[in-house]
Amino acid sequence: MSTPAILVDNVTVHYGEVLALDAASLTLDPARICGLVGMNGSGKSTLFKVIMGMIRPDGGSVRIHGQSPSRTRREGGIGYVPQSEEVDWQFPLSVHDVVMMGRYGHQGFTRRATKADRAAVDEALDRVELGPYAGRQIGQLSGGQKKRAFVARGIAQGATTMLLDEPFAGVDKRSEATITRLLRELASDGCTILVSTHDLHALPELCDEAVLLMHRVLMHGPPDRVLQPENLARAFGLDVLNRNFPAQDHRAKPKERTA
Amino acid sequence: MELLLEPLTYDFMVRAIATTALAAVVCAVLSCWLVLIGWSLMGDAVSHAVLPGVVLAYIVGAPFALGALVFALVAVTLIGVVRNTSRVKEDAAIGIVFSSLFALGLVLISVTPSQTDLNHIIFGNLLGVSVPDLIQVLVLGVVAFAILILKRRDLTLYAFDPTHAHAIGLSPRRLGALLLGLLALTSVVALQTVGVVLVVAMLIIPGATAYLLTDRFSRMLVIAPAISALCSVAGIYISYYLDTASGAMVVLTQGVVFGAVYLFSPRQGLIGTRLAKARRKKAAAPAV
Repeated sequence: MSTPAILVDNVTVHYGEVLALDAASLTLDPARICGLVGMNGSGKSTLFKVIMGMIRPDGGSVRIHGQSPSRTRREGGIGYVPQSEEVDWQFPLSVHDVVMMGRYGHQGFTRRATKADRAAVDEALDRVELGPYAGRQIGQLSGGQKKRAFVARGIAQGATTMLLDEPFAGVDKRSEATITRLLRELASDGCTILVSTHDLHALPELCDEAVLLMHRVLMHGPPDRVLQPENLARAFGLDVLNRNFPAQDHRAKPKERTA
Repeated sequence: MELLLEPLTYDFMVRAIATTALAAVVCAVLSCWLVLIGWSLMGDAVSHAVLPGVVLAYIVGAPFALGALVFALVAVTLIGVVRNTSRVKEDAAIGIVFSSLFALGLVLISVTPSQTDLNHIIFGNLLGVSVPDLIQVLVLGVVAFAILILKRRDLTLYAFDPTHAHAIGLSPRRLGALLLGLLALTSVVALQTVGVVLVVAMLIIPGATAYLLTDRFSRMLVIAPAISALCSVAGIYISYYLDTASGAMVVLTQGVVFGAVYLFSPRQGLIGTRLAKARRKKAAAPAV
């Protein structure tokens, strides 16, 4: 067995009295895309923060490619694509500026860009098909383009593990397909990708595996199995069965076998 | 020309202009980050809270900057403690801490002999800048400016996306602390010129003005100090000829320029955007 790309072992996190993660364990092999599904407050963002080392868990440990998260961070191994609401889209930066921020970890004291840095940024922008938009202020992109700009930042950084928080929120169908294709490409190049999403539609297309989270990992398996209504009901509460939940009618038929 | 040269025949005017321009540039550069992070109130707080530190430094004969840094730290810590350990919200915590510390400074001034010097700290004393004052402002200003410029990319990253800063192994906490430290240092620089009460103007207005003029942070870092330096020098000249308070005139000039930019900036200005809207409406009308 190869070393897992992400190993979350028995992690517990409290915020004051509130329990966010309860002995959560998760193992993810390299070059896989994993969808993280759970309600608001189920601990998805907490799990991200623990993997990035922003929160020290009360118990348990995290390893990324067998080493500590802080070491991986210093090597530029972790890329992060924030939720739209977390970003100040009025900030006076161009798409190029934002992608260049992926290179900072590789640069010297003043973060002066070298030729190699600029080449990496251009390449990343081409890869996500934003080359022509490099000079735009970031707020002047469409929802899908914004997401791709941040994915480009992770590519320029050389991240081997990428964490995406709600990448499909506020994104139209076509951009969703573009992002899905892009992430699949990155995974086939060896990048391990963890995606937290409410959008159960997109999961079977995008993910190799899915995780149901409700403070602990309730289930981890192929998306089709995890997205069975009876399983979703465990994570989201029973009323989900009564609603016509999108995941059911959309579970793409051909995907069922490939997953 | 005569009008511009005449004041320069007085040494105190030359010193006033040099000090103000320098303080204006350093404050303006810092203000670019403060307005984007949303730290204007923090700027207000720290610039007021350093007062007791400056007075105590004066009493024991230590450098003003040291006292200011210590009290900036005290203020930020107290704000954090009040916010995190009680139900009081951040803006209230900031208000309580900085006004209390400012009051402490005033009390200390009232019991300290040789009050004249210290009263100048409150309202500034541009025309009374001595040569040692000028040297102190120069040293502190150059240090703060150099750190801001050398670390500008990290500070911008911190302002824009602290999570990413963390993800690539930088420490957002340390960057935030660096920015607060520089805020304290810069406050001391500006104390000499416009005084504690008006420092906050120099720490907010230039950055806000530049923000309305460009979509590039790198350009903000040029526009803000340029506007701020021009306004300061203009303000001093105006105060010279109109015989008004010089520090206040500098701030007033900056405020007026902000007002003009707010109205007339091509892309962000109130009038520009209204006109563009009207034009779009007109263009759309025949089609309907």
